[in-house]
Amino acid sequence: MWGDAALVAAKDLRLELRSRVVTNQIAPVAVVVLMLFGFGLDADVGVLQKVTPGLYWVTVLLMALLAIGRSVDAEATAGARDMLRLSGLDPAAIFLGKAAALVAQLLVLEAMLLMGVSLFFHATIKGYVLVFVAGLLGTVGLASIGTLYGALTGGTDSKQTLLPLLFLPAVAPVLLGAVRAFEGAFGTNPHPDDGWPWVRLLGVVAIVYTAVGTLAYGPLLEGSDPA
Amino acid sequence: MAPVVWLRSAVSVLGRFPALAGVTLDASPGEIVLVQGPNGAGKSTLLRACAGLVPVVRGEAIVLGIDLVADRLPVRREVAYVGHASGLYDEMTVADNVTFWSRAAGLSRDISAASVMASMAIAARLADVPVGKLSAGQKRRVSLALAMSRGSMLWLLDEPHAGLDADGRDLFDAAVRHAARELGVCVMLASHELERAESLADRTITLVGGTVHAAPAAENAPAPQVGAVEPQVTHVG
Repeated sequence: MWGDAALVAAKDLRLELRSRVVTNQIAPVAVVVLMLFGFGLDADVGVLQKVTPGLYWVTVLLMALLAIGRSVDAEATAGARDMLRLSGLDPAAIFLGKAAALVAQLLVLEAMLLMGVSLFFHATIKGYVLVFVAGLLGTVGLASIGTLYGALTGGTDSKQTLLPLLFLPAVAPVLLGAVRAFEGAFGTNPHPDDGWPWVRLLGVVAIVYTAVGTLAYGPLLEGSDPA
Repeated sequence: MAPVVWLRSAVSVLGRFPALAGVTLDASPGEIVLVQGPNGAGKSTLLRACAGLVPVVRGEAIVLGIDLVADRLPVRREVAYVGHASGLYDEMTVADNVTFWSRAAGLSRDISAASVMASMAIAARLADVPVGKLSAGQKRRVSLALAMSRGSMLWLLDEPHAGLDADGRDLFDAAVRHAARELGVCVMLASHELERAESLADRTITLVGGTVHAAPAAENAPAPQVGAVEPQVTHVG
């Protein structure tokens, strides 16, 4: 299964390397969104620094939605979904591979956004380990939830609206946990250690959705067959 | 010889619509069967049902010794199927696509992308070209080459001649005849290009409204034993 997962992950990353959608299209949109947040909050550095964790993760969520849509579209076009079903690849491996590729792409995006908030909002990281762990677990949670709901909506005519409707409420625990953890890491919370308990929530969400996705991806792939 | 495809009153439903409304059909090893009929007759659904992509909800269906009514998933890895869409990733190169789908199908790493491409005379210079830049005919060649490389004893080909130029059609027809005559592969193809397809096929069945309208030979073979047909590895090209 792990070999199949690596094969699928490598394929999705190769698709991204060839198309550069995340780096050349989604990342610039993310920077524009950050700048708009800055304008909207009247360039008050104090306010911006205080709300940086929230703005950062809302931006990550919106950009993740675009990346997930891109990942879903890759299989929806030109009969690739049929080819995957005929390939004999373990559906759990397909899920893990696609989620892993999304994690890699989102981590690159998040690193760029961290530089963005540092530049535009003058935010400084005080707890690098907390940022790394919370960012990684939050990203795994986002990728697992997105890949799962992407399979559910992939074969429908209304996936552009259905995916956000399902995805955004489902990632509320990730948003909550990641923002609280980052408040600790950015020093906007007077008690920096308060960030770590939220990492547990992120870990639980990541584990639960990865497990559910591994089990449910096969039936979802079949059930969402447009034929 | 046990039929590769053995259907008795097979029914497949798409939504509420019975796309196959009781199909009875035999296809034997080495036989080339043309499935023809008007639009919406169920030709594509028949091929997809034999490939395990569409469930057979009633009747009996045994393909390559696998009972599709009981569990259709195992047959998928054993058939070579080409549908209307190419199934290729436009942004990836031809070589990347061939390599990925070959590995996904569990083919040996000894089978190179170049050898797969050579089976449909795809120019080596196209290996590094993104699939999205290819013509429809070139994409068709890649899809057919990938299907033929799977080493399946059953090829299910939906409009295989579509988009191919004269050379491509001749090459494809020769590959199908070679596979059927020399390797015993059963080939079922659906086509609207009747003159060409009929010259290639051993017999023709006509589907109308999801049922077999006319079949020259009676379908009277006994049910093959489930698990009796052992998939063999045969590589073309």
